[in-house]
Amino acid sequence: MGGDNRSARVSLGEYIMQSETDVLVVGGGVTGTAIARELSRYRLDVVLVEKSPDVCTGTSKSNTALIHAGFNADPDKQKGRLNVRGNELYHERIQHELDVPIEWRGALVVATDESERPKLEELLEKGQRNDVDGLEILEREALLEKEPHLTDDAVAALWAPTAGIVNPFELTVGFANNAVENGASVELEAEVTDITKTDDGFTVETAKGEIDAEIVINAAGLYADEVSKMVGVDDFEITPRRGEYYLYDKQFDIDIDTTIFPVPTEVTKGIVVTPTDEGNLLIGPNAQEIDDKRDKATTRQGLDKVLNGAQKTVPDLTKKDVIKEFAGLRPAIKETGDFRIQIEEEVPGFINAAGIQSPGLASAPATAELVVDLVEELRGDLEEDPAFDPNYSGPPKVRHMSHEERAGLIEEDARYGQIICRCETVTEGEIRDAINQPVPAQTVNAIKRRVRPGAGRCQGGFCGPRVIEILSEELDIPMTEVKLEEEGSELLTDEIKQPLLEKSHESSEVNADD
Amino acid sequence: MTESRQAVTSDVDAMRREEHDLVVVGGGPAGLGAAQAAYDEGVDDIVILERDFELGGILQQCVHPGFGLEYFEEELTGPEYAQEFIENVAERGVDIRLDTMVLEVTHDRTVYAVNDEDGVTEIDAEKVILAMGCRERTRDALDIPGSRPAGIFTAGTAQRLINMEGKLPGEKAVILGSGDVGLIMARHMHLEGAEVEAVLEIMPYTGGITRNVVQCLEDFDIPLRTQQTITEIHGNDRVEGVTVQEVDDDFEPIPGTEYEIECDTVLLSVGLIPENELSVDAGVELHSVTGGPIVDETRETNVEDIYACGNVLHVHDVVDWVTEESMIAGRSAARSLQDRVETRKEPIEIESTAKLRYVVPDRISTIDPDREEIPLYMRVHAPMEDVFVTLSSGGEELTRTFERRAEPGEMVTLNVDSDTLAELPEPRLELDVVQREEA
Amino acid sequence: MTETVSITCIRCPIGCDIELEVEDGEILSLEGADCIQGEEYAREEFRNPTRVLPTTVRVTGGVLPYVPVKTAEPIPKGKLEAAVEELATVEVEAPVELGDVIVENICDTGVAIVATRDLPAAEEGPVAAD
Repeated sequence: MGGDNRSARVSLGEYIMQSETDVLVVGGGVTGTAIARELSRYRLDVVLVEKSPDVCTGTSKSNTALIHAGFNADPDKQKGRLNVRGNELYHERIQHELDVPIEWRGALVVATDESERPKLEELLEKGQRNDVDGLEILEREALLEKEPHLTDDAVAALWAPTAGIVNPFELTVGFANNAVENGASVELEAEVTDITKTDDGFTVETAKGEIDAEIVINAAGLYADEVSKMVGVDDFEITPRRGEYYLYDKQFDIDIDTTIFPVPTEVTKGIVVTPTDEGNLLIGPNAQEIDDKRDKATTRQGLDKVLNGAQKTVPDLTKKDVIKEFAGLRPAIKETGDFRIQIEEEVPGFINAAGIQSPGLASAPATAELVVDLVEELRGDLEEDPAFDPNYSGPPKVRHMSHEERAGLIEEDARYGQIICRCETVTEGEIRDAINQPVPAQTVNAIKRRVRPGAGRCQGGFCGPRVIEILSEELDIPMTEVKLEEEGSELLTDEIKQPLLEKSHESSEVNADD
Repeated sequence: MTESRQAVTSDVDAMRREEHDLVVVGGGPAGLGAAQAAYDEGVDDIVILERDFELGGILQQCVHPGFGLEYFEEELTGPEYAQEFIENVAERGVDIRLDTMVLEVTHDRTVYAVNDEDGVTEIDAEKVILAMGCRERTRDALDIPGSRPAGIFTAGTAQRLINMEGKLPGEKAVILGSGDVGLIMARHMHLEGAEVEAVLEIMPYTGGITRNVVQCLEDFDIPLRTQQTITEIHGNDRVEGVTVQEVDDDFEPIPGTEYEIECDTVLLSVGLIPENELSVDAGVELHSVTGGPIVDETRETNVEDIYACGNVLHVHDVVDWVTEESMIAGRSAARSLQDRVETRKEPIEIESTAKLRYVVPDRISTIDPDREEIPLYMRVHAPMEDVFVTLSSGGEELTRTFERRAEPGEMVTLNVDSDTLAELPEPRLELDVVQREEA
Repeated sequence: MTETVSITCIRCPIGCDIELEVEDGEILSLEGADCIQGEEYAREEFRNPTRVLPTTVRVTGGVLPYVPVKTAEPIPKGKLEAAVEELATVEVEAPVELGDVIVENICDTGVAIVATRDLPAAEEGPVAAD
């Protein structure tokens, strides 16, 4: 496999980031990584900078993980067009190229009252105009046969077979790793602090040093307005809109096969009930505008709203068997309610990919395609790199193997025989693989996103200490420096006995003074 | 990494295949007790499968004293208690596989285990004893809203970190839950130089024993606040504090009682859940209250030849009872292997009144001439004083035991004479709790 | 001058709250104990409260970086903190056996600190506590 791993692996110390590049992508969410990967198809020097110690730590990590079919997309908006195209690209390319879980479970929009039927017809018509395949209205009987746990009140539903679910962590990591395998660089912990326009491009200051770039693509998610302001484009603002979720245990007696939406109203899109690629059930999100871009706290009111909303379509749901509650922030441009993917006319060479709220995940491959078009607009035709390999695989997934397959794998590599996370059946080999990927996992959550230890019902109670130990070993840092996610999220504060030694040291000093 | 898919190309012969009389899943106190008892009853082909690098289970991290008063009649620490049994199984030549995880137990007792030396082993077992123990309830299972920073640990995880890994999880802690683990962790944290701001308990009374309240909290002036709980956790990267609220009799937070505690760590000691995912996949039926398998007096589950004991069956407060119970399971499995027990034509169902939360076993289904008495384990719903636990059948009282004070946190045992069972008015036993005055 | 001291008995789950009336360190009266054991406990706990101290001591070259230990006998309650501070400076070498004396006389109490488990030496080099 190609690519220089070193640049991404070494984050501090003697390492110095390259000083110039053709294209600099700001932001390692699903949009930024999809763009970097699409650009790595061409003979271009591409660097992606991400402020956090991992990719996929913002909006991309906490959402409903859906590849929307596009029946609800407004064809007059950028996000509508990209959603439909994005869904196509997942079907045609992404699912075949990347070793990332994508399942075409289909979606239902369930009417629970005859008065909602006209809205179903409206969505059907809109979807047909968007060229969404296979849409049909299902009547109650067919509906309940498909999803027996649906409410008795269900009268009919719009069925969209092309809707899918995806693992957003593996997708983002897959885009990023594949980009690096194809020669792009991903620089973690490289927050952009300033951008200066120069004669032939930009000088970008980052936490890891300065870099000159001919083109800058801003995919900074929640912080896209701040990055844009650095070059003087300040006519939009990102408003964080928080959505909260409940995630259920895999071993759960309510089996849901498809993604279930209620009929949207003027006020709300309603709460979604959906399976995840790992067989958990996910419900959410509500929507609440907040001020703080870091405030991913769940609230009592929000979570209650999520459960009540989910019960509208699946009344048997309770808090029983919930294994996790979490919140995510959508980076919305309130004024337009749309994406803003464009070359900023007043700053040639600066491309914004901002305001990417839902359906940003579904649109990502199409967004990347569009951004490549914009780069071509700026630079002229791009030359394809014949060495580009769109195919990518992650570590083996021991949990999905048969016993025979596992036996075969362990015979070749014993590290896949040591299980670290028992809830999710994750082996030491997979964890070490995650740390040694082209874009390395360097935090406990980064490992969890890639290979799932701690994502199960005990939420890391048993495997947490082991994962910290392996990280400390592989990164060659003390266990007390291992982080959960961002700087300042170290999990362990000290070696035991140390505070006591300091204490007795202090008291002996006091005694000496006496 | 990209090679992984090729590596999977399966080689069916890579799997080891073995046959054993008894496979014990889990090498904690339950698994050890079961293996020892089965051996002593005459079975020598026994394998213990243990996921950790050593035997002893959670006892190894419980370095405090308080173990063994019933079984050894002396007070031991967790590791001391464990070591006794570890030596016993070693002396008996039990086949011990460490660092070995059981992936699956099938309905017909094929056990799949994995480790890095043998790869995957398929074991055809005559008898299987499930002794996987339990896991801790998490912040998420409690549904505490707020942020998700570093610094939130279950008490058991913190205990392992401190006592075995030698790492401090924080400097300033709030502990939610006053069960014994929570109390003991308060003392550990304090003695290691960390500050413990408070122990919060949602119930009106502590879930731990008095001795721990005195010796873990009062000794160090750590406040215990009952009928209070955490209603929000704050902090983006590391815990910065918690919002605490008083609760009413229905455990609902009382508006207006909120206050904040600044801390960098939250330890949760809020209950244990039997770890039965393997059992469920094997077709074992679980009890709605205990969360463990429904078993008869031999600790056999609804799946023939699969037994369960220890905390995977129901959460025990004292390890000595785990030992007693696992020995019942081990001995019974052995005697059944040797065809030394007779199955009752009709099992005796055991029922209880609403005053009891649960009773183990659920039924008595064998006749064993060498068994003098059968212990019934139960828990009351709420604290009660001066009560009799009575056992009757068809309205006729058979036996009773007096409890000066019965608490939900302490298991009550009532022994039934085997002879009594010979002539029951009906194949049903009823347990009740009556006040001394009424009785 | 007399004062009242409250002691919760820990001899059994009942946990009697016992009130002692004391003057110049002498117990004048004692109330609230349900049984004679409780009275004994309260007297002892007032005159000389003692505790078994469970903790850990740093080990080099073992399968774990710390070994659990305890005081072989209860030590005065007031010495618990000084004892853990003294033990923070102690380091032993693996292998350790259950019952091994780690410190002979902790904080001049005359009580030994003993290991409460076997801790074998690590096979592949020492496990360092970082």
